[in-house]
Amino acid sequence: MSRFRIGFLPLVDAVLPIVAHEYGLAAKEGVSITLIRDPSWATVRDRLIYGQTDASHLLAPLAIATSMGLDRPPVALAAPFMLGLNGNTVTLSNDIAAQIGLDVIGDVTRTGRALADLARARASQGARLRLAVVHRYSSHNYILRYWLAASGCDPDHDVEIVVVPPPFIAESLAMGEIDGSCVGEPWNSVAVAGGHGVIVAATSQIWNRGVEKLLAFRRETLDQRRDEVEALIRALHEAGKIVSDPAQREDVARLLARADYVGQPVELILRALSNEIMLGQGHNATRIRDFLVLHREAANFPWRSQAMWLYSQMVRWSHGALDEQGFDEAAAVFRPDVYRSALAGTGAILPGASAKVEGAIAQPLAVGSHSGRLIMGPDRFFDGGSFDPDRALDYVRSQAK
Amino acid sequence: MIEEGLREAGFSDIHLLLERNGLVAKLHQLAPDVVLINLENPGRDVLEESFALSRALARPIAMFVDQSDERSISAAVDAGISAYVVDGMRKERIKPVLELAVRRFNAFSRLQTELNEAKSALAERKIVDRAKAVLMKRRNLDEPAAYALLRKQAMDTGRRIAEVAEALVTAEALLGGDE
Repeated sequence: MSRFRIGFLPLVDAVLPIVAHEYGLAAKEGVSITLIRDPSWATVRDRLIYGQTDASHLLAPLAIATSMGLDRPPVALAAPFMLGLNGNTVTLSNDIAAQIGLDVIGDVTRTGRALADLARARASQGARLRLAVVHRYSSHNYILRYWLAASGCDPDHDVEIVVVPPPFIAESLAMGEIDGSCVGEPWNSVAVAGGHGVIVAATSQIWNRGVEKLLAFRRETLDQRRDEVEALIRALHEAGKIVSDPAQREDVARLLARADYVGQPVELILRALSNEIMLGQGHNATRIRDFLVLHREAANFPWRSQAMWLYSQMVRWSHGALDEQGFDEAAAVFRPDVYRSALAGTGAILPGASAKVEGAIAQPLAVGSHSGRLIMGPDRFFDGGSFDPDRALDYVRSQAK
Repeated sequence: MIEEGLREAGFSDIHLLLERNGLVAKLHQLAPDVVLINLENPGRDVLEESFALSRALARPIAMFVDQSDERSISAAVDAGISAYVVDGMRKERIKPVLELAVRRFNAFSRLQTELNEAKSALAERKIVDRAKAVLMKRRNLDEPAAYALLRKQAMDTGRRIAEVAEALVTAEALLGGDE
């Protein structure tokens, strides 16, 4: 049996490889999975690039940054399978949430303006709000910045964006080290349950189909073990069916809750899995549409345009260089070709295109696919913006910094 | 352990930072040439962010790896260490630091693994003894026969003896043995 050691961080969106392993789906495809949990993305990345793991649950922008060598010599990574869309929230300390007014929850435009106003006021007093993200190269960072910028505040100057590992968010909010954060589940729910913070926005409200985690391989591994990688992809795709089945949700949550996986209470993990989020201590659950999309609507398909959008934000915030080649390199990390070849003939939905205009779908829309019927749900950005991968340079130039 | 080794090797200006809070501020203050950090330390993302920022401010801290160091970095990662080095430090000065850290760390984790193995072997022995006692009482067996039964069940079901023993002890507790 071919073996894959897969690195992951304790987060709800690590669920697909865990389910593929625990439900015997990998074994059915002739693949065995060993899961390796780490406390930091730097370590997940290092294990992958130095060969201690064969694949990893990884932040999409970090895979791009690693391939392009933004911080260190480049190691080419390949991402043929996405592990989910969105699933993060902006959580503020009780004090700051009270200052922007709890009645604005639900309308991300108004919440954004209120937060931006407060941020500018605090900056002018020389006491900038300190907001945490999980990593420099994370969707959390780019989505938070997108939201703040579109709401009228400069994320580089009006606030201080720092890095805090997700398991420390609750503690950091409680200790007043940070005023707010944008991290994945269950860590926001943990902060809410402890009474340390209030969720004021879900990233799905900011970009309805935001690119999030992916399964990364070294490109070398993908080339050398192509058949085995494809078998693993089929197992993960099957796992997607299980996690999107409401009848199996509780079992999946119980599994994730185990100490060797996420190690948090079942009821907190269930919130993201069921799109029912408790925004503050003592609140009723709020249903947030598309809070975390793990599988449906070909959510696991690596759209190259999503890699390119991420690169546009890297350029916007001076993490990458503005040139055509950068966009091509970012897009090349995503491997829709491998996805299609792995799932051909399985009945899985195989989109015909590899890139699309991001943010263009307002109503569910049927789109072309090689097999299966693909209805794409809304993928809007909250400010109505859209990203055309054929005009990526124009997009960056048009964005306010 | 690493600290001791480094001192013996003649490096004297060594600071051990144990607190998660204020790590970055402390580093700024110390302005070290080399930072060694355990791979298991959750502060690594925070640390890398601060390096990325200080580089943006033209302060030359860089992560170790230029390609030629691939092997020594790889050895460090295997040992569970990550190293960051001030840009421009001469490689021949860095290498011994890293190699020493790796040797020390490997020795340390070997000790720890042995300790863990010894501990879990002891725990398994205990649970197997309890399962044997249950069988001896319930089925009126002598000790070798009880053990043989456990062993057979383990082989038939493809599990380890300790797992079968644990299941039996749990079942006994649930079904109301008189323990």
